[in-house]
Order: sequence, then C-alpha cells, then structure tokens
Amino acid sequence: MRTCLVADDSRVIRKVARRILEDAGFDVAEAADGMEALAWCRTSMPEAILLDWNMPVLNGLEFLQQLRREPGGDKPIVVFCTVENTPERIAKAFACGANEFIMKPFDSEILESKFAEVGLL
Amino acid sequence: MTAQEIALVADLVRRRSGVIVDVDKTYLIESRLAPVARREGFPGISGLIREIAERRDEKLIWTVVEAMASTETLFFRDRTPFDQLRNDILPVLARSRQDPIRIWSVGCATGQEPYSLAMLVDEERGSHAGLKVDIFASDLSERCLEKAHTGLYTHFEVQRGLPSRLLIKYFEKVEDAWVLSPRIRQMVRWRRMNLLADLRAVGQFDVIFCRNVLNAFDESTRAMVLDQLALALSDDGFLILGLNEAVAGVTKAFRPVPGRRGLYIRAPDLLQGAA
Repeated sequence: MRTCLVADDSRVIRKVARRILEDAGFDVAEAADGMEALAWCRTSMPEAILLDWNMPVLNGLEFLQQLRREPGGDKPIVVFCTVENTPERIAKAFACGANEFIMKPFDSEILESKFAEVGLL
Repeated sequence: MTAQEIALVADLVRRRSGVIVDVDKTYLIESRLAPVARREGFPGISGLIREIAERRDEKLIWTVVEAMASTETLFFRDRTPFDQLRNDILPVLARSRQDPIRIWSVGCATGQEPYSLAMLVDEERGSHAGLKVDIFASDLSERCLEKAHTGLYTHFEVQRGLPSRLLIKYFEKVEDAWVLSPRIRQMVRWRRMNLLADLRAVGQFDVIFCRNVLNAFDESTRAMVLDQLALALSDDGFLILGLNEAVAGVTKAFRPVPGRRGLYIRAPDLLQGAA
C-alpha cells in the first residue's frame, strides 16, 4: 500500500485528511511540524506528502526545500494544503518543488481531484 | 411536493427540453425548485407550481425547466476527452485547416468545459504555429450562461479539475473568488440553445463536445439530437461524448474511433447520403 505523510500542525486537519486518504487506499502517517516530517522521511520516504505551509519548528516551505535535497527526496509527490493561497504563494510553492496545491478549506472531492491530477489516484 | 405536482413538473420539463425527470427523486426536484420559489417570491414550491398551472407564464415556466436541467460540471472533467483533443484531434485539424477550427461545447452549464478548451488551446499554441480556434458554447439555462460569461468561480470550483499551474496562469484572485483572464474569456462565444429546436442554423463545427447531455434524454430524443449534431459536424470532424454515453443502438450517424473511448466520427453512409 502506498504511504502518504500528512504534515500539518492541526490535529483536526490531520484527522480529516487521514480519513479521506485511507478511504482512497493510502497508508497514512502524520507529522505535526516540518522537522518531524523530515525525520519521518529520513526513516521511510513516502510516496506522497500532504503539506501545510505554516507549521512550528520548520515550516512547509523550508521542509520542502530540505526534502528535495535529501537522498530520494525528489521522489515523493508533494501537495501543499494551506490557507496561504495567493497566486504568489502558489507560484512559490511550485518553484520550491511542490507538485500541486490545495487551498483550505477543502473537502474529499477537492483532495481526490488534486491527487488524481498528479497521478496519485 | 404532491405526486400531482411532481407529475406536472416532469411533464413540463420533458415537453419543453426533452430532459427526463426521475419522479421518484422528490428530494432532488425539491432542492432544485425551492431556490426558484424563493427567488420568484413564492412562499413555497406549491405556490410556484400553482402559479404555473393557472397562469402559464412562459418566463416562469422556463425558469422552472432550466432549474431542472443538470448543471453539474467541472474544469477538465474526465481528462480523457481533453487529452484526445490535444493529442489526436488538434494536430490533425491544425494541419488540414486554413480557417479557424470551430469547437462547440454543447450543454456547457456554468462554462467550465468551454473555458477548459480555451485554456488547452492557449497552451497548445506553441505546438501549432498560427493555431486559430473559435469556441462556441451553448446551454439551455440563461442563468448558467450569465454566470459562465462572468468567468468568476469560487474557491471550490477552481479546485475541481483545474491544475493549480493553470489557475495561477489564467486566473486572478478577487477577494475569495477567482476570475478568468479576459483574454481567455474572449475566446468563447455564448448562446442560449434548446437542443429540441432546429439546429441547422448553428453552422458547421470541426469538433463537438456533447458530454453528459444525452443521458438526460429518452432514446428518441437522443437519436434526434445526435442526428442534428451529425449535420452540424464537418465531414472530417469529431464528436466527443461522455465516457458513459454511446451511440450504438441510438443512431447510425456516427461510428466510434477504435481505441478512443467517447470519440466519434461521422459514419460514411451519412457522408454519402449528404453528398
């Protein structure tokens, strides 16, 4: 089963995302900040990462930049999922190596549509 | 709603638009008509239907008929037809056409399909020098066409099917909504159209997108609409239906393109008959 790491400091968002992703057939892991997410990736690189922007310790953008420099860090498909939804922020996410972008609030249809867009579903 | 009220609405919708209303789906009928009743100043659906039955106000009748037609749509819905347009159709037509390629989006609802086509064409300009495309979009619903024309979509609508790279390339954020760039909006021409009407005046098209429209009709209406579309399609044109729609057993005017689900060309018999 493919693994998706949900990196978000909101327990509620992680819970909602977990439910949708498990229904879509993913094994789900969770991280509450960017550093925790990076540690998880160094142990076991997931196929997909659903990534919040604003997180303590290491934010989503910093995490993504570090991830892409890790061995095998180019592999995971990274979908940002954030309230930071100006065109400039979205462009910056792509420039730093994101594959897609979800604007919060989201629902299962949006998450599944975006995952399908990048070939994860 | 009473059984009589539902029967009246179903009959009205079928006769005016060809759309078959499932009379067992009371909740669906009520959810579509309740907003109409509110907008038109009636205390409830029964008042709205009574007014129609007694006064036969044409404008009100069409408001009800339009509200009962499905408006479900999203950007780049099903993906496959757009891949076929990009990979199979545009290269062929771009080589063979001096005049602009004419594409018709039938039953365009709130405009996501024709705008997806416009963005796709814009993305393909680099691959086909001098590519010129005219996009026509039609729908039964005036209300849908008005929304489509604005190019204004909600946070949720732009996240259904539309890749974020295209979102930031072609849309501008306006408060909580997103508006499509005027350059892309201007690529589409809109027209209110009832598919039960005589379509000979619409002209000829090289590509017709008629997806998830035919399923709303009964078989004889499907056949009639398909035969009209065949006459509106150029000899070497392409018809694209919904992935769950087919012409087999309905009309002989089209034949499927092998290995290309939902893609059809005009049948040779029809071409000979027209010659």
